[in-house]
Amino acid sequence: MFKMEKNTPIKPVETQQKQLYHIKVNINGVDYEHDVEARLLLVHYIRDVVGLTGTHIGCDTSNCGACTVIFNGKSVKSCTMFAVQANGAKILTIEGLSKNGELHPIQRAFWENHALQCGYCTPGFIMQAYWLLKENPNPKEEEIRKGISGNLCRCTGYQNIVKAIMQAAKELRSK
Amino acid sequence: MAVTAIFGARVKRKEDPRLITGKGTYVADITPLGCLYVAFLRSPHAHARIKSINASKALSMKGVIAVYVGQDIKGKLNPVPTGWPIATDPPIKIPKYYPLPLDKVRFQGEPVAAVVAENYYIARDALDAIEVEYEPLPTVVNQEEAVKESAPLLYDDIPNNTSFVWELKGGDVDSAFKEADLIIEKRMVNHRLQPTPMESRAVVAQYNSATNELTMWITTQAPHIHRLLISGILNMPENKIRVIAPDVGGGFGSKIPTYGVDALVAFIAKELKRPVKFVEDRRENYLATAHGRDHIQYVQLAAKKDGRILGLKVTSYANLGAYLSTAAPGVPTYLFGLMLSGAYKIKAVNCKVYGVLTNTAPVDAYRGAGRPEATYLVERMVDILAQRLKMDPAELRKINFIKHDEFPYVVCTGIQYDSGNYERTLEKALQLVEYKKMRGEQAKARAEGKLIGIGISSYVEICGLGPSRAVRGTGFSLGLYESATVRVHPSGKVTVYTGTSPHGQGEETAFAQIVAEEFGISIDDVEVVHGDTAMIPWGMGTYGSRTVPVGGGAIAIAAKKIIEKAKKIAANMLEVKEEDLAFEKGRFYVKGAPSRGVSFQEVALASYQGEQLPAGMEPGLEATTFYDPENFTFPFGTHVCVVEIDKDTGQINILKYVAVDDCGRQINPMIVEGQVHGGIAQGLAQAIWEEAVYDNSGNLITATLQDYAMPTAMEIPSFITDSTVTPSPHNPLGVKGVGETGTIASTPALVNAVVDALSHMGIDHIDIPLKPERIWKLLKNR
Repeated sequence: MFKMEKNTPIKPVETQQKQLYHIKVNINGVDYEHDVEARLLLVHYIRDVVGLTGTHIGCDTSNCGACTVIFNGKSVKSCTMFAVQANGAKILTIEGLSKNGELHPIQRAFWENHALQCGYCTPGFIMQAYWLLKENPNPKEEEIRKGISGNLCRCTGYQNIVKAIMQAAKELRSK
Repeated sequence: MAVTAIFGARVKRKEDPRLITGKGTYVADITPLGCLYVAFLRSPHAHARIKSINASKALSMKGVIAVYVGQDIKGKLNPVPTGWPIATDPPIKIPKYYPLPLDKVRFQGEPVAAVVAENYYIARDALDAIEVEYEPLPTVVNQEEAVKESAPLLYDDIPNNTSFVWELKGGDVDSAFKEADLIIEKRMVNHRLQPTPMESRAVVAQYNSATNELTMWITTQAPHIHRLLISGILNMPENKIRVIAPDVGGGFGSKIPTYGVDALVAFIAKELKRPVKFVEDRRENYLATAHGRDHIQYVQLAAKKDGRILGLKVTSYANLGAYLSTAAPGVPTYLFGLMLSGAYKIKAVNCKVYGVLTNTAPVDAYRGAGRPEATYLVERMVDILAQRLKMDPAELRKINFIKHDEFPYVVCTGIQYDSGNYERTLEKALQLVEYKKMRGEQAKARAEGKLIGIGISSYVEICGLGPSRAVRGTGFSLGLYESATVRVHPSGKVTVYTGTSPHGQGEETAFAQIVAEEFGISIDDVEVVHGDTAMIPWGMGTYGSRTVPVGGGAIAIAAKKIIEKAKKIAANMLEVKEEDLAFEKGRFYVKGAPSRGVSFQEVALASYQGEQLPAGMEPGLEATTFYDPENFTFPFGTHVCVVEIDKDTGQINILKYVAVDDCGRQINPMIVEGQVHGGIAQGLAQAIWEEAVYDNSGNLITATLQDYAMPTAMEIPSFITDSTVTPSPHNPLGVKGVGETGTIASTPALVNAVVDALSHMGIDHIDIPLKPERIWKLLKNR
C-alpha cells in the first residue's frame, strides 16, 4: 500500500548501551528531532516520545487501524512502521487536523452523525477517511465501506461512520 | 416535567469535541513522571504446576527494576473476591484467585511473573530472560467434559469442577408437560466470545508513602467497586484509595470485573514507591481479560397443537473458566434463568445451571450477559415450534405474547415485567420489512432454487439493575442503587456528579439533558462528572443498561430536590407564598403576574449569599440522592432479518435488517439509535463470525485480531431502526435502558432467518456461529 518516498540517511549515535539513531520528523507542521532505538515503533514514538496521545493502539497485528496516521500523504498504520523509517517524513495526526480552532469537515461530520461512541477508534477512522476522500472525493457507500475496512469499531456498527464520511465528502467537494 | 424540548432532542454529544480531536484521555495516555512499566510473563500452559522460576538473568538486565512472582505476594495480597457469590445449596465453591498463582497455573495466559522496568521495551526484553520450569498437567476446556468423573480437577477441593448447581423452579412444570400435545428437545451451544473493546485494559498506580494515598487510573466500568475490592486485596483502607476511570474505550462487560493484576500493579507501586503502568496488548486482552457466554444448553419445550407454549425445561452447563470473575456466578444463572419466559405467557419454567470451572480464561458479563443466552434459546425454540406446527412464526408469537393490557405482569420465573406492548413492536417491524410481500418473494425465490429466509426475534430483557432488596436476595455483595449529586454553583452553572461510569454511551450528554430540562437552562451550562471516586458519591457503575434508568433516575430526583429548595428561596425573595409561584423555562414567577419573577440563576446566587434565605434554611444549592429503584425495567422489541444464502459457498448475505425497539422514553433518540446499531452488529458478530476457540490442550487459537473474526464495515449491513415508546411506570423518567437490546435481539433474528431459508430441507437448527463453511457442509450433505 505504501512505499517510502525517499531514504534520508540516518546517523548512528554512540551511547553506553544501545545504538540510537538520530531522526528528524515533521508532525502536524512541527519539526521534531530525537535519538531513538531502531526497534521503536512509530506509534510509540508519536505517543510516548513526542507526546501526541490522540493516536491510539488497539491491537498488535495491524488489524484495528486505531493508530492510522497520514504519512507523506498516505494513510499508514503507525504500529507497522519503525520510528527510524519516519526520518525526514511529514506526518499528520488527529491533533493536526483542525485548523485555527476550527474542526475539519470530517471531524464535524463525525460529531453531527453520532459516528463515535467510546471514541477510541475514532482518530484512526477520521485519518483513514481523510486519506480516502483525498483519493476518492466522491465515493459510493460500498467504496467507503471498503476504504474503512482496515479499521475496526466495536461501538457503532459502522452505519453512522459511513454516513459521516458521505456527508464530509459532499461538503469537501463543494469547497 | 416542563417541556422545553431538551429532553427527547437529538442533541450532539458533549463528549465528542475532545474525542474527535485526539484530546481524550485514556489510561494508556497517562504517564506520571518517573513512571515504571510492568510486563507480565504469562503461562504457555493451560494447566501446569510451577516447579521453579528463575529471574536472576532478567534482574541483571540494565533498566530492570524488579521481578515479582507468586511467592513474593504470599501473605501480602489477598485473593480476588467474587462480587456475586450466588446463594445455592450446597453453597457455591469459590476457588482462591491470587493476582499471581502460588503453585499452579490454570489457564493459558495466566500471569506467572511481573517484570518492572524503566520502559516498556526493556520490560518485554526481560520476560524472555525469565526461566520457568513447569510440570504440565492434564487439561479440560469443555464444560461437559469437565463435570465427568474422569476429568482432571482444577482444584482438589472442588469435585467435578463444579462450583455450583443453581436451580430455578417457576410454576408446575410437570403438569405443563403432562398437558402438552408435543414436546420439542434441543441441544444448543451458545459459544464463547471475546468482548474486544477497542481499548484493551490498562492500569496506572501512583502511591504517596507519606500520606499512604494510592491513586489508580483504571479502564473500569465501576470505579467504586474496583476500589472496594482492591482495598480488600491490598489490606488498605478504602478511603485511602482513589480510583479514576478517565475516558474508557468501551467495555462491553469485560471492564466490570476487578482483575488480580490491577491490585498487583498497585502493590508494586507501593513497594517501589514509584508510579507504575501496565497496558495490555491485544493478545493479553484476549488471553486473560474475561470472555463472555459459553453455555451448552439442553432444552425441552412443551406446547399445545394450537401453538400455545406451556412449559420449558432447561439444563445449562455454563463454562466459568479457571476462576470466578467478579460477576461470573450471577450471569449464567439469575440473568439467564429469570428471562426464560421471554415475551410469552408460559406456565412453568424449570432451569438448572451447572457452573463449571475449566482451564480457560475466566468468563464474565458480556453485552447482554445471560439475557442473550436466554433470548436466543427461547426465540429459537419458538421458531422450531412454528416449523413443527407449520404455523407462521409471527402468528405463533402473537398467540403467546403477554398482551399489552396485562401489564404489570408477573411471569412464572417470579419477576414482574413493568410495562410493554409486544404486539405493537412486532406489527411495526413486520410493516417495515413488508413481511407479507417478503414471504411472497421468498416463495418465488425458492421456486427458482434460491435460498431466502426471514427471521423474527421478539425479545424482552431485564435492565435497570436493580432494586437492592431483589439483587441482595440473589447473593450480590452490594445493593444496586445509584447515586448522584447535582451542584448548582453561584453563577447558576451546574455540575452533575454521577455514580455511574459511562464509557462511550453518551451520558455526559443525556444526563445534561435531564438536568437542563428540569432547570430550564442550556445543556451548555451543565457539566457531568463521572468516574473519579474522589469526586463522585459512592456509585455502582455502568453495566446492565442501568445507567439511565437508575443513574438518570437519581439525577432527576436530585434535580427535583433542588427545584423544591429554589422555589422556597424564590418565594422569600419575591415575598410571596410558595404555592403562588410557578416555575417555567428557568424562571420562578408569580402566578397571574408573570412579570414579577426571579431567574434560576438569581436564586442560585441568592442561595450562596444567604441573606435572602427563609429563616432556618441552610445556604447552598445542591442535592445528593441515592436512588434505589422499586423494580427492574423491561425493554423489549422485535427485530426482523432477511437473508439470502449462497448455495455454492454457504455465505450469508443480509438483505434487510429491521429493528423496532421500545426502551421507554428516550432522552436522546440519536444516542438510542447508536446503541441499537452497535448492539445489532455485536449480536450478528456472534451469529456469523466471532468465536473464541480453545484446542483440547487449552491453547487459545483466536488470541489475535487476525484470528478472531470481528466484523468490519464490509460485513455489517445498514439497519432500519424504529421505536415505540412504552414508559416504565416506576422510575422517575419513564426510561428503560437500551445498551444491550440490539445484541440480545439480533443473534436469534439472524439464525432464525438462516434456518428459515433452509427449513424446506428439513433443517430446524444449526449451532452458531454460522460460518460459511458450516452452512456449506450442511448443504453439501443434503
